[in-house]
Amino acid sequence: MPLVKNGEVTANPHGEVLTLEPFLEIAAADPKDAVIVRLMPDDCPLQLEPFIEQLEVVEISFPRYADGRGYSQAQLLRRRLGYKGEIRAVGDVLRDQLLFMLRSGFDAFELGREDAAQAFAAASREYSHFYQPAADGESGVFARRHS
Amino acid sequence: MYRYDEFDAQIVRERAAQFRGQVERRLSGDITEDQFKPLRLMNGVYLQLHAYMLRIAIPYGTLRGEQMRKFAHIARKYDKGYGHWTTRQNIQFNWVALKDIPDVLDELAEVEMHAIQTSGNCIRNTTSDQFAGATAEEIEDPRPWCEIIRQWSTFHPEFSFLPRKFKIAVTAAENDRAAIRVHDIGLHMRRNDAGETGFEVIVGGGQGRTPHVGVTIKPFVAKDQLLDYLEAVMRVYNRFGRRDNKYKARIKILVSETGAEEFTRLVDEEFEAQRDAEKIVLPQAEVDRITQYFAPPAFEDLPDTSDVLEAAKAKDDAFARWVRVNVRPHKQAGYGIVTISCKPIGAPPGDVTDTQMDVTADLAERYSLDEIRITHEQNMVLPHVKLDDLFDLYQELDSAGLATANYELISDIICCPGLDYCNLANARSIPVAQDLQNTFADLERQDDIGELKIKISGCINACGHHHVGHIGILGVDRKGEEFYQITFGGRADEKAAIGQIAGPGLRAEDVPSALERVIETYREVRSSKDERFIDALERVGHDPFKEALYAAG
Repeated sequence: MPLVKNGEVTANPHGEVLTLEPFLEIAAADPKDAVIVRLMPDDCPLQLEPFIEQLEVVEISFPRYADGRGYSQAQLLRRRLGYKGEIRAVGDVLRDQLLFMLRSGFDAFELGREDAAQAFAAASREYSHFYQPAADGESGVFARRHS
Repeated sequence: MYRYDEFDAQIVRERAAQFRGQVERRLSGDITEDQFKPLRLMNGVYLQLHAYMLRIAIPYGTLRGEQMRKFAHIARKYDKGYGHWTTRQNIQFNWVALKDIPDVLDELAEVEMHAIQTSGNCIRNTTSDQFAGATAEEIEDPRPWCEIIRQWSTFHPEFSFLPRKFKIAVTAAENDRAAIRVHDIGLHMRRNDAGETGFEVIVGGGQGRTPHVGVTIKPFVAKDQLLDYLEAVMRVYNRFGRRDNKYKARIKILVSETGAEEFTRLVDEEFEAQRDAEKIVLPQAEVDRITQYFAPPAFEDLPDTSDVLEAAKAKDDAFARWVRVNVRPHKQAGYGIVTISCKPIGAPPGDVTDTQMDVTADLAERYSLDEIRITHEQNMVLPHVKLDDLFDLYQELDSAGLATANYELISDIICCPGLDYCNLANARSIPVAQDLQNTFADLERQDDIGELKIKISGCINACGHHHVGHIGILGVDRKGEEFYQITFGGRADEKAAIGQIAGPGLRAEDVPSALERVIETYREVRSSKDERFIDALERVGHDPFKEALYAAG
C-alpha cells in the first residue's frame, strides 16, 4: 500500500512491526532494537515514554476510520511526551481524515489509492486557518487574531 | 451578536467548498455511500425516509433578521416552503436535494451561517438559555462563552471521531431553561467566593435509551481554564468511552460505568498532566473581543410600566392573555421578552413557513433590536421588545398566525418528527401532539391548567425529550401496532429528573381522554391555581394520576 510522507509517495518498508506488548518485552530486554512499534486503539501511548528518544516510527492503527482514539494517541505522543519521530497512520485511512491526522501529529499515511499524493495534497490544503492549537504547531485563531 | 471576522468567514467559505468537493466525489462514485456518510453527517446532512435532510446550525439559538430571511429564502427555493426548529435550537429542512446542498451552504456563508457539526459523532451546536442577555436572572450573559466553545470545537482535530455525538449547554441563570443537566456536558455559570465568575461542570446527563441526570464533577472552573478542562473531559471520553455498542457509547454510560468519582479522578489527572505547550492560548484580549459583541444593545431609558400597554390590555382580553402567558420580564425597564409560539393548535410543533420567517425577520428588525432566538422547546423569541410596542407587535404576529398564547402551557408540546418523517421512529408522534392540542384547544382552559410540559418521542431515542416532560409520551411499536407509554414527573430545569413510567401503553386514540382525566385530577388536588402540575405531583405522589390515567370506564 502506498505510503505518503512529506507529501510524497515513498517506499513502504514492510517489516514485522510489533504491537505494544511484545514491543515492551523486547525493548526491556534490548532497548537498542526498540525503534518501531504499532499501537492499537486500546493501547496507552504513555507506556512508550521510556523509549521516546530512540523510537523512529510509531504506527497508529485505525481498524475502522470511525474509531478516533488514534487522534488522542498521536496528540499525547507529540505534545505530552515530545516525540519527534514518525507517526504513521495505518489501516482504514481515508482522504477526508488526513487533515485531522496531520493536525494531530501524524506525518506519514498509508493511503490505499492510486492518486495518493494528489489526494494528500488536495486534502492538506483545504483550510487556511484553524481555531485550536494542536500537535501541528499551529497556534490557533484565538492567538493569531492578537499576534 | 457575534459577527464573523476574516478568519471565521474564510473557514466557513472553505467548508462550503470542501463539502462541494465531497458531494462531487460522491455523485461521481469516487467514494461510496458508506464513506460519504461520516462526511455528510459532519455537515448536518441526513438520509431520511423521503429525502436528504439538511440541518443548519444556529449557534446558541441567536440570530438576526437577515439570517432568518435567508432561511425563508432556502425554504422557498430549495424546500417545500417551510422549516422545522430542532431541540438543539437549530433549523432543519426536510426536502433539500443533495445536489443543491453545496449551493445552500454558499448562500448560508453569505450571512455568516453554516451546517458544521450539526450531526455526526462530534461536538454539536452549543445551546444556551434563550433569554440570555435579556433576563435579570443571570449573573452574566453566557453567550460569549458559547461562542468561544463554538470556535474551539469547530473541526477539532482530536474530537471529530468520538464514540458518539456530544452536546454541550451553558446557562448563567438559576432557572435553567437550557436543560443543562441532561447534556453530555452542562456548564452553569457561578460566582466563587472571590466574586469571579466561572463554571460548574456537569457531565454525563442525557436522554435516549438510558436517560441520566448529569453529575457535577467540578463545582467551579475558572474562565481561563475552561477550554483546557473541557479538553481533559473530551480526551478521557475519546479514549475510554465505549465503542463496542452504539447504544452504550455516550459519555453518560462511561460516567455511570466508571463511577462519577473515578471519572472525575481521570479528568483531573488528565487536566493536571497537561503541559504548558498543550494549553489552549486564549488571550484576554480575545475574550474581550468576543464579549464585546454581546454587550447590551442600545436600550432606551423607559419607565417600568407602559400606559400604552395597560390601555391595550384593558381593551383586548386575548391580547392581555398573550401578554400574561408569552411575555416575560426583561432586565431593562420598559422592555419585555416575547416568546413567539410555533405551536399553533393542530399544526406540527416547531414548523414555520417561509412567510412566517420573513414576517419574524421584519418584526425583529422593527421591534427587537434585530435579535431573534430559537428555543430548544421549538419556539422563537424576540428578546428585546418595548412594552409600548407589544400591542402593535401582537397584531402583526396574530395576522401571521404567530400569536398563540400557549408558552409553557399544555399545548406547547415538544415533539419529534416521528414515523411521518424519521426512519428511526417506531410510532407517529405529530398526530398525537395534534390530537392533544385539539383536545385542550381552549386557551382559557389551558391558562387555568397553567405550566405543564408535555414532550413526545416516536421512539426510544427520545428526540422529543419525553423523559423530561412533566408528562412524557413515548411511542412504541408492539407487533405492528402503535402504543404510547406515559411517564410522569420528568423535568429538564434546575431540578432535572427523569420521568417514571406510569404503566402499560395506551392506544393513540385513548391518549387525549386519559390525559384529560389526569388534568382533572390535578385540578382537584392542587392547593391553589398557583401550584403547578409538577409541584402538585411532587407533593401528592404519582398514584392519583396513575389511577386517573387508567380509569377509562
